Order: sequence, then C-alpha cells, then structure tokens
Amino acid sequence: MAEINVPSSLDGVEPVQSVRTPIRMEYTFTPGVAAQTYLREFGNKKILGNVSPVDGAILVPPRGADPRHGALCDEFVEMPHTGHVGSYCVTNVPIPGRDLDLPYISAWIFLDGADVGFLNLVAECPPEECRIGMRVEAVWKPDEELGMTAENILYWKPSGGPDIPFEEAGVRGWHARKRGETNA
Amino acid sequence: MGTGGELAAVVGVGMTKFSATRGDVSMPGLVREAAQRALDDAGMQWDDIDAVVMGKAPDFFEGVMMPEIFLSEALGCVGKPMLRVHTAGSVGGSTALVAASLVHSGVHKRVLTVAWEKQSESNAMWALSLKQPFQVSINAGAGGYFSPIIRQYMEATQAPELIGCMVAFKDRQHALLNPYAHLHQPDLTFDQVVESPMLWEPIRYSETCPSSDGAAAMVIVNEEEAEKAKNPAWIHAGAMRSEANNFPGRDEVNPLASRECAEDLWKQAGITNPREEIDVVEMYVPFSWYEPMWLESLGFCERGDGWKLVESGVTHIEGGDLPVNCSGGVLSSNPIGASGMIRFAEAALQVRGMAGDHQVEGARKAMGHAYGGGAQYFAMWVVGKDKPTHN
Amino acid sequence: MHESEAKPMRKVAVVAAASRQEEKMLDTEVELMIPLISEVKAETGLDQTEIGFTCSGSSDFLAGQAFSFVMTLDAVGPVPPITESHVEMDGAWALYETWVKFQMGVIDTALVYSYGKPSPGSLQDVLSTQLDPYYVAPLWPDAHAVAGLQTRTLLEQGIITADQLADCAVRAGTIESREEYFSQPMLSDPLRQADCPTYADGGVAMILAAEGKAEELCEKPAWITGIDHRIDAHHFGVRDLTTVPSARLAAEKAGVHDGPIDVAELHAAYTTHDLLLRKEIGLPETPNHSQRSYPIKADTLMASGLLRIAEAARAIWEGDANRALAHATAGPLLQQNLICVLSGESN
Repeated sequence: MAEINVPSSLDGVEPVQSVRTPIRMEYTFTPGVAAQTYLREFGNKKILGNVSPVDGAILVPPRGADPRHGALCDEFVEMPHTGHVGSYCVTNVPIPGRDLDLPYISAWIFLDGADVGFLNLVAECPPEECRIGMRVEAVWKPDEELGMTAENILYWKPSGGPDIPFEEAGVRGWHARKRGETNA
Repeated sequence: MGTGGELAAVVGVGMTKFSATRGDVSMPGLVREAAQRALDDAGMQWDDIDAVVMGKAPDFFEGVMMPEIFLSEALGCVGKPMLRVHTAGSVGGSTALVAASLVHSGVHKRVLTVAWEKQSESNAMWALSLKQPFQVSINAGAGGYFSPIIRQYMEATQAPELIGCMVAFKDRQHALLNPYAHLHQPDLTFDQVVESPMLWEPIRYSETCPSSDGAAAMVIVNEEEAEKAKNPAWIHAGAMRSEANNFPGRDEVNPLASRECAEDLWKQAGITNPREEIDVVEMYVPFSWYEPMWLESLGFCERGDGWKLVESGVTHIEGGDLPVNCSGGVLSSNPIGASGMIRFAEAALQVRGMAGDHQVEGARKAMGHAYGGGAQYFAMWVVGKDKPTHN
Repeated sequence: MHESEAKPMRKVAVVAAASRQEEKMLDTEVELMIPLISEVKAETGLDQTEIGFTCSGSSDFLAGQAFSFVMTLDAVGPVPPITESHVEMDGAWALYETWVKFQMGVIDTALVYSYGKPSPGSLQDVLSTQLDPYYVAPLWPDAHAVAGLQTRTLLEQGIITADQLADCAVRAGTIESREEYFSQPMLSDPLRQADCPTYADGGVAMILAAEGKAEELCEKPAWITGIDHRIDAHHFGVRDLTTVPSARLAAEKAGVHDGPIDVAELHAAYTTHDLLLRKEIGLPETPNHSQRSYPIKADTLMASGLLRIAEAARAIWEGDANRALAHATAGPLLQQNLICVLSGESN
C-alpha cells in the first residue's frame, strides 16, 4: 500500500476506512408495446405468444421481437396452459425480495406449441421427481386476485401424462419437430 | 476476422490479490495496484502509455455509474484517449481485444488495459438478481441460469456425476500455487467437495465461483516496442462472437457462437489441432461443469468427450497434457469484470515463463478464454512465446 | 492525425443513419431499435450476415438494469453469431471502437447503434452517481448543479456573460427572446430552464463502410477524415473549469481546422457547454450555417453524441455541408470529449 504523507496536525487522528452512501433511485418502467398486450390478456387468464413474421415460430412470452432476425412481431396467438419442463435446477438460494420455501425448482417451461421457453417455478413436485420432459400445467392465482402482472401464475405443477423424451424436450424440440434450421 | 495489421504483444502483466473484500484499498487504489504492477513489469512509466482501455461488468456492482470517469487521474488518463468496454462476463477478455485492436490498427503504440471489479462495495447478488420489470422474479444469481444448462449436458453425455467435483477440486488445488488467488483451501479434500451442499442442483456450493474484488492489467505494445522488451507474449489471434440467448432451436449447451469463435481463432493462429498445439488453457469456468463443456465447444475434443479428459487428469497441471486453469481459474477468484482479463493475462504469463509456481513447463502457446451473458458472448485469444509467422 | 501513426489511415464513411427521439416512449429498447436497425440495413441492402462488426453504446444505470444491453442485442438479430462489442459509453465511442476495427483491415462494413431511455428514471439524479463516490456523490449534486458550478466560474471570470447565455438559448430555440430568458426564474443559479436540457428517449443506428464498399452503398458517403477523443481530470478542484483541454486536443488531433467547417454538431446539453466548446474548438459563437440539431432540446444520454455524428452525416448527404464536425461528450463538466470530422470528399 502506498505511503501517504499526512500533515502533522492530523497525527493520531483515526483514518477513515470506508464511506457508506445509501443510494436510492426509482424507475417507472413501461412494459413495451408487446408486453402490454400480453399482460392485459394475462390478467384475463390468457397466455399469449408472439408469432414470428419470418417463419411462424411461436415465442412466449411475447417481447415484440424475433431475436434471430431482429424482426418486430406484432402477431399474437393464444397458448394452452400446459407444457413441459425443458430443463430445471433445484435451488437452495433465496431470491432477494421473494419469500420462497427452500429448496424450490426453477424450470424452463416450454408451453405446448411454443418454440422457446421461459423461466418459472415448479411446485407440488418433490425435487427428486422433477425431470426434463415432465409435463406441467399452470396454477393460477384465484380469479379475484388476477391483475396485469407476471405474478398471475403462481407456479407450474406436474400434470401427468407421458414425458416428452429428452431428445425432443426443451431447446431440442425445434429440431426434433423439424421446425427449422437455426443453430444445428 | 484476423488480428490484421500490425503485430502486438503483451509486455507487462499486473494483478491484485483477489479476495472477498479488498477493504484496504479504494477503487482507485485497486486499479492502480494492478496497473502499476503491469507498468513495472513492462519497465514503463505512466507517461509512456498512449491510451487506456478499461473494462468491467455492471456498474451496479460498485454503485458508481461509469466509474472510469472518476478514475481518470488514477489511471493516468488525463489528456489521453480512454475507452470503457462492457460485454457482461466476457468483458475482461473483450477489453483486452479492444486494447489489442488499438495496436493492431496502428492507431497507438503502447496501450494500458485494466479490468476490475470491486463488488464488495455494493451487493453482487442483488445486482445479478435485479428484478426485471414485468417478469417473474425467479432467478437467484448466475448459477440459477447455468445450472439447467449443465443438467442437459449431464443427461446428454451420461457423464459420471462427480466430474464437476473433480474440476472444482483441481482448480482449488491449482489456486494454492497462485498467491493472488482468492480461495486458498490447503485442507480441502475431494470428499468435502462432494459433500458440500447443493446450491442450484446439480451445482454444489463447492463447485461455484466466489465473489471477489480484484483487478488485472496488461501493457500491450506494437512490434517495434515489443522487440525492445525483455519478454513479450505475442498475440497470435483474437476473436469475439455474440448470439441471442433465447431463440428457437438454440444449442445452449454448446453455443454456436462459442464454436464459431474458436474456429475463427484457430484459423487466425494457424492451429489445426488445438489439443496438441496449445500447451495451456485459461478458460472461463465459473461453475465446474463448464470445463468439460468448453473443452468440447472449443475443439479440444469431440462433442460428448469433454468429461473424459477431466476424468483422466488431462487438465491437471501435474501430469496432464492440456492443463486448464493453473491459476485456479474463475472457480478460485471471480472479480466479475476482471475475470476475463485474468484468463488472458495468465495465458500471457505462461508463455513468458512468468507464472511462478503454477507455470506449465515449456509452455510456448496458450489460450485465454472468456464468456458472458447467457453463455452468449465469447472472447478468446492465443498468445505465444514466438512471433507469429502468419497474419 | 495521431502521434503514433506513420501509415495512412484506411478511409471509412458513414453511409446510412436512422434515428428517433421522443420525450417519453412506450416502446422497450428492443422495440425502439428494431425499426432503426432495419432501416439502415434496408437502405444499404445489407443483412446482418454481411456486416463485419457491430458495436453499441448504452448504460445500465440509465436503464435501471444490470446487463441491460444484453436484451437489446435481440434487435440486431445476432443469429447466426456475429462479431459484436459494446461500450458503456455514448455510441460515439462505439463508433470510435468500430473505426479502429476498420483500421485493422479486417472488416469492410459495420453497424453502430446506441440508445437511452431517461424517462423511467430521474436522469439528473442518475448522473450524480457518475461523480467521485467518496467526496462528491454523497452530496448528491444533480447534473444541473454541476453545470451551474462551471457556469458560475465562467461568469465570474468574465469569460462569458449572461447575455451570451441568453443568445445561445434563443439560437437553440429553448426560449424566444433575451427578455423572456431574463424573466425566467433561476433553476440552478446561474442556470435557468432555458439553459438546461430537456431529456428525451431515443436511439440511433448507422452503417459504416470502408473505401471501396462505401461507394456501392451510398451516393455520397460521409467520409471520416479525422476522429479523436481525450479525457480530462475528473476532480473539480484539479482542473480549470473554464477550459476544456480534452476538446481542444481532440479537435487538434482530428484536424478540425485543416479546412473550413460548414456545420458543427455539438453535443452541448447546456448553453454554457455550447459557448465553452466553441471557444475551445475555435468555432464562431454564432454558426455560419444553421446548426441542424440542438441536444439541449432533446438530450438522450448515451446517444446524443452518436446522434450528432448522424446529423453531421446528414448535412453531408443533403448537401448542406462539405465538411462537418460532430462532437460528443461524457462525464461531468465536459470531462471527456470526442471529435469527428466528416467530409463529402474522401481526402
């Protein structure tokens, strides 16, 4: 550490070791054009997906863009409330600002018909029973509590039915269903 | 895309001690510690530097927006051009590449580059898990993102469950040979690694990188300057690639951006058999299983075989023919903004024979690798003891 | 042009630009940028696979999200993978990084973009976090206060007058007349509202191309004949606030006065900055040509600088200028400055 020359008038004065400066900044975010449509219908217990104008790929949740092509998506389609687990992990780390029992399952949910997944909670499932390809369905908040918020779906629970095989589950589904050629 | 233009070499490397909290230095103090060491190594003064390129990850980690601006004096930038790169986790690597480009292009002769993070100042976990508006808050840190990807690798390859633990143990052993490393665990046993609690199953606490403060710096110069230097590490190749992180059919286990970046790199460097021609690798492995995954993606072995290299000890400094992360890697020290540059700098130290106790004997060609974002940003370079014969 | 180079620099031109600014946008950054990026690609007939390098500038603190630029990358369509980089700086510096890549001889075309949405946050407060965290930031001087400090120093040393500030505000269109200016109350004494920027959300995208390619893509490429950037000391007490050494030096290195300047697009968010920059760079206080844009009327942090370069290029394309200067600044008190000189002629 570098030598610092302090004036003799400061001899014996305790040096400052750190400065604590609380910072607070408020942001009022707008959801964006596509997300507004999505959230509005989500409040009506509907799940929308975007349709890519380039090849009809279904993107959930809608972000108004197909990231492969940098293309705007303004077409929406209603999605079923069922899907499968594309992949997952069992988490023992609490999420800041959220009250979850540990451990919990965070999973990539691929809705039936969707070509990309989204991250969400899987519950009503012992962690050791969760697996890639497991079929799930949405568990919603009670109707009177629904709003235009991403929190309408509390979690996804196993719905029964045969698993999607690994080779067709999650990101592998696109190629397995011969949907297209992105990224062999 | 080749290095193009002029040749460039690393003639000075400096690093700070990495630890959870560098409470003994301020931010200026931290960056100067690394930068001064790099200048001393290069035998240069602050005034010898033409330009400074600084890199770091999100500014929320320190609570200072664009901190390079207030560090202008500390980095000797007054009156000079200064750039600040931010490419998520790969930033340390891409910063080195931007610095190198200033020399390859002929725009500058001597460039100082510094990458750093003082994440103890703010709260890294909070910054990494900032609730994204209008989305469900489900991600607890980077591990929550990468763990499901790792699970898919494990299932696809049916690799033995403890491969990840082997990597973690190896890297912590390597760290004991690096005085700068954050984690020094001389009493750690393999069983302790295995028995460590699961954080994001299948990743255990022991298989996860720490959160560190630290900085790394290099002095990169042109051919004329390098020939005056005592021990240059010549830059043979440099490549960057990016891709989107969530799109139909994405291979998230072995991203195309990673493969194409590596192919470009080997082509520039004239390397046809990386496994044979590269002597040592400093690879960005924040979670254990990324070592076998990147070994495959980078072309050191066939797809599906990465874990076999780990299992047979190929990547160990003792007895391995392709030692990986002799410095202890990201698993032993992770100041996020600096980690990529630490990899690039360690590669340079290896070919200069200056890696001390973690030196791979006779290393002449080394690879530095960094990645970031949702495994979507990649920056890589090859450095060599000998001047490149092609360009 | 640069102290170290002996070999001639490769000629690079701006061949297309698209921009948008609005006081408060409902679009996300991706929704904002897709049309702009698509427009410049359509104009040049290039698709992403034909673009050699992509570089952008943006800020996490402005966006209120760590790694914010990661999401915006979707607007580019980076599939298959692209060679891409990002600076946590105004897009003007992303353009500089791109220009350097051209000099390496490894690319012939590039996409540069930047954007900012100040509307969700309070930009003045966000900018306070750029200040020295130990001595200055805890006092929370906002951006107007900091600019006010510099203005007061200039006024008290007689280097500028309040009349000059008023005339600048009138020229920029933030006030109708001197009388109206002086009847405005002080906002951050000695600055009035008319001296201070109105913030706007916005973005800009542009295509750059090297000699040999630029002529194919554009009828009248706006050639970069000089580009340089410098930074001054940060701490307020360390430098003379009445000067901008980095702007002066960058202007010299970029060869601003190698020829007449027809249009100067200055990234001056405050009237003070306009006056000070003209003095330091050596431009007339009242421009000969009408300036095309005034960032004081619509200031988009992280894009205002690149927007100046776009406007300077447009001046060339539209025949309003044969030689144009674009300036970008960053940091408090004009701490860091970039100067880019564009010309309708390649030499």
